[in-house]
Amino acid sequence: MTNRLDLPGIAWRSVSPKYVVSELLGLVVTGLVLAGATAPLYLIGWDFAPWVTVAVVVFVLVQAALTPRRVRAIGYQLRDDDLVFRRGVLLQRLVAVPYGRMQLVDINRGPLQRALKLSELRFVTAAASTGVTIPGLPEDEAEELRDRLVALAESRRAGL
Amino acid sequence: MTDERAHPAPARGRRAVGVPPVFPGSQAALPHVPAAQPHVPAANAHPASATEAPGGGPADAPVTALAASLSDGEWHRLHPASPLLKGGIALLAIIGVVIANLRERLIEYFVPQAGYGGEDPLELIIDSGAVGWVLLAILSVLLVLVGAFYVSWRMHTFRITDEVVEVRSGVLFRTNRKARLDRIQGINIVRPFFARLFGAARLEVNQAGQDANVRLDYLASAAADDLRREILRLASGTRAQSAGAGAAAVPGQNVVDRRVHEFLAPELDPDAAEPASVVKITIGRLIGSILLSGASIFLVAGVIGLVVSSLFAPRALVGFFGLVPVAIGIAGFYTQRFLKSLRYSIAGTPDGVRVGFGLLSTSNETLPPGRIHSVKVSQPLLWRRVGWWEIRVNRASQSSTNGAAGQQNTTILPVGNLDDVARVLRLVLPALDDETEMALATSGLTGPGEPGDGFTNSPTRARVLRWFSWRRNGFAVSPTAVLLRKGAIWRELIFVPHPRLQSVSISQGPLLRPLRLASVHLHTVSGPISAELGAIELEAAMGLFGHAANAAVTGSSSDTSHRWRSREQAPSPDAGAGE
Repeated sequence: MTNRLDLPGIAWRSVSPKYVVSELLGLVVTGLVLAGATAPLYLIGWDFAPWVTVAVVVFVLVQAALTPRRVRAIGYQLRDDDLVFRRGVLLQRLVAVPYGRMQLVDINRGPLQRALKLSELRFVTAAASTGVTIPGLPEDEAEELRDRLVALAESRRAGL
Repeated sequence: MTDERAHPAPARGRRAVGVPPVFPGSQAALPHVPAAQPHVPAANAHPASATEAPGGGPADAPVTALAASLSDGEWHRLHPASPLLKGGIALLAIIGVVIANLRERLIEYFVPQAGYGGEDPLELIIDSGAVGWVLLAILSVLLVLVGAFYVSWRMHTFRITDEVVEVRSGVLFRTNRKARLDRIQGINIVRPFFARLFGAARLEVNQAGQDANVRLDYLASAAADDLRREILRLASGTRAQSAGAGAAAVPGQNVVDRRVHEFLAPELDPDAAEPASVVKITIGRLIGSILLSGASIFLVAGVIGLVVSSLFAPRALVGFFGLVPVAIGIAGFYTQRFLKSLRYSIAGTPDGVRVGFGLLSTSNETLPPGRIHSVKVSQPLLWRRVGWWEIRVNRASQSSTNGAAGQQNTTILPVGNLDDVARVLRLVLPALDDETEMALATSGLTGPGEPGDGFTNSPTRARVLRWFSWRRNGFAVSPTAVLLRKGAIWRELIFVPHPRLQSVSISQGPLLRPLRLASVHLHTVSGPISAELGAIELEAAMGLFGHAANAAVTGSSSDTSHRWRSREQAPSPDAGAGE
């Protein structure tokens, strides 16, 4: 991918490879639920019901096949004055948030992520559209990152 | 052991505001002391300043002295009629119900031959001979109401210090709200129709966030104006005393004359605003702008559709009845907009832009500098022939006094021509005073989008995605703001000042990538404006992204608008100690 949206001179830090596992397990659950939701189609005896199930399974499989690439595409880096974050394969997005603009930093852990010792870091600014959420960070790295970001935000604090 | 016992006592002492923890032991013995209690002696210490003055009539006391005493850092009370005004609608409803019940009886009383034979509660009461008891009940209810009003008024106190505005209210459930002065997003003075009759006004100190406003409802009208000026002076960080802060002497001696004068007086203090910068909307333009709005297109389209369909099928005429509620709704919308914008005014003051709205219920808000997060100048399709524009802004606070779809709050110019737009832009974006920046803005508004007009526009290959507007679709970077120009049919220009940028993103989807285009989104606080520009050249987009990311950092670190006048030359020698 040469024409990938990228910033020159940035060594992106990637998220933990274990996040792929967490994503895949989540996809399996979603796939099972979706496939289960097609069951009523069999009950009413619709001829195309198997095809719907097949479509659901194929969709989930394609998603699963793309997951490693999607996880590899997630990257972040702490620059001198701001945090840059990128994600997305098909719809690529690159965000820069100045440290002084951070209002708070969240750490979230779902049950699956807790089992894998992963955390999700969320940055909140005054703008709802900022939307920077770094998933799949190792627990200790996430906490270290949070403390560092809070310290950086404190030293560069600005108003709204 | 002693350590553990000593620990909770000072903590409790700290919670009870204002009580020096002299005897920690005795405080520990009285754990039920309510936090509210200490303020009562403090408020009683200055009974003359707040309680007497509004009650005795605002113009009886010198107005300047009143405002100065309200912002002296002590606890004060609100206008004595406040509970009545706040509960005014409920009270009116009750009176309405009573009158509705009484109406038939009054008719019978005055016109006996009408022959009224229905049963109503009053008749039942009279029939059963319990008139005395009912009157007693009504009297006691009234007494309880008055008592409750009095207690709630007594417990509702506020104070303004150099750092915060603080309000305490409630009898059973106490509320205490503090707002830092340097985080003020705007101060709004609202005069609902009912309150205006009493010469009262509501002062709202707007803070960033949902439902984060500090409301002082109600204050005497003149005192509210002066208090706002005092709060803004304290918040601005200037050390200069506001000289001659008093409003012009109110003519008329008796109460009626004063009320009439207040009611008819223009919304702007003549001494606080520069008269030259005021934009006025004529009634003709206001009516025209409303008639040419988007709602009219729907109405006309609906009528045409019905007429055409009834030509082919006469039965479709029944559809006209379906149009009636729609027409009523649109008429209500028109009236609402008309009444809101009728006495619109905007002016620059040393403490920011002042915008006033409303005919019967008025609101008048001061936005200090740096509280406007982005500005959009746009032109609905039908306004194009007459050359009218509308200006909206994104703000961090949500005022409670929004009209239809928050129009009052975020629309800073309902309608105006290019001259008005330029004047308002200079007010809301002071950096635009520069001629080159103004030229940039002008070409951003009306320019067809030739190369060399200061904007970096979409390349020709973006024509696939921006059929008509690809020439105009572009951005420009000025020293103080980023300008986004969009749309050929619905033209709009968005300003995002650098110090207000929260973050910036660049994105590219499957449509844009093969065309080597990208879309840039400048994030500001949420509002009616989304500063997003799609389908621009990838290199240019990367350049804008880099510039905006830099500008967001440098702009915010050099920004002093939270104490906007702290750099001002002050007469006192200790000016440097400010902030």
